[in-house]
Amino acid sequence: MGDTHDDMKPKRIVFVTVGTTSFDALVKAVDNTEVKRELFGRGYTHLLIQMGRGSYIPSKSSGEDGCLAVDYFTFSSTIADNLRSASLVISHAGSGSIFETLRLRKPLIVVVNEDLMDNHQSELAEELADRKHLFCASPQTLLHTITSMSLERLIPYHPGDAKPVAKLINQFLGFPDD
Amino acid sequence: MLAMEKGINCFFSASASNVYIYFITIAIALVVIRVSYVIYRSSKPLHTTSPQPLSTLIVLGSGGHTAEMLNLLSVLHTDSFTPRLYIAAATDNMSLQKARLFESSVIDKTGVLENAQFMQIYRSREVGQSYLTSIGTTLMAIAHALWLMIKFRPQVILCNGPGTCLPLCVIAFFFKVLGIRWSSTFYVESIARVRRLSLTGLLLYELHMADKFFVQWPQLQRKYPRAHYVGCLM
Repeated sequence: MGDTHDDMKPKRIVFVTVGTTSFDALVKAVDNTEVKRELFGRGYTHLLIQMGRGSYIPSKSSGEDGCLAVDYFTFSSTIADNLRSASLVISHAGSGSIFETLRLRKPLIVVVNEDLMDNHQSELAEELADRKHLFCASPQTLLHTITSMSLERLIPYHPGDAKPVAKLINQFLGFPDD
Repeated sequence: MLAMEKGINCFFSASASNVYIYFITIAIALVVIRVSYVIYRSSKPLHTTSPQPLSTLIVLGSGGHTAEMLNLLSVLHTDSFTPRLYIAAATDNMSLQKARLFESSVIDKTGVLENAQFMQIYRSREVGQSYLTSIGTTLMAIAHALWLMIKFRPQVILCNGPGTCLPLCVIAFFFKVLGIRWSSTFYVESIARVRRLSLTGLLLYELHMADKFFVQWPQLQRKYPRAHYVGCLM
């Protein structure tokens, strides 16, 4: 009876991405028992981690015993499919994956890597969090962010475009603008 | 007699050094005037009545930088910016691949084979490289950049950081000062820069080496009034 109930339960994936380098603190943070319990409690069924060059290996789980199924991989040529199939994305603060996720209108938690020397990346995540397009956390505050977040409060991001720049460049060079 | 000779020597060396100082002063003044003129003229539109296509150098910065640049290219009329030379760092394999993909979409649209070239450039310093060897690699990188610039002599430079574009912009500025080639440099600060400019952006802004300097967040425009706020590219 319980099994059939599990099969009926829709697959809801949390996708974690660290980008092209390594971010062990993030992988460790999502591999935390309490974080996984909280995610499962919120109705997520799977946790898929793109762990990059990191050395911390998360513990795999098939998710049969009433908890989150956990799987991981190092790199993939494109994470577009992973993002598309995800119900929640937890990402490093690189602008590429932030905007790719926002364009797909997926709920996003950006985790800032505090170990980076030149930590300008937090600027973007904080600004977009102020504008309510995403949640911003650090590896230490991730659990708190997940327990306190309400996804319905997020405002969809409207992608910008380069037309204003193109217009100014054309004007400057004397090219016709339309 | 001896004293007199000494006096004459003194007189000659004094007047010679005066002449040197005179010429050096004039030379410095001329350079300052020329540089000021180039900076003043660069900030003004080109005012061409029937604009011809302009040879364009596009510097791809990897990752998010490349994505933003290709977004910009997709809304420009590529036939006005012809021929195009794409440059990426030698360690960055993805960017030129993405540029080739973009160029093939341009060919699909117009049906003609556009004039596009793709090249990699040495970087002055890789992450973790020692400072001693980086002196040599920096010289290599500058020589390589100079060679590319002499060969292509672009009229338009589009760049958005990070450091790869810096030597190219500096060389372009010297070409303008020396009258070798007039070019217009456009710099778009990355969307990731919300409160502070990147080092490359700051240098190009402060040294007046970008003819137009764009930022994607209003906070930055308030801090750097010569920048143009253009909203988010992504």
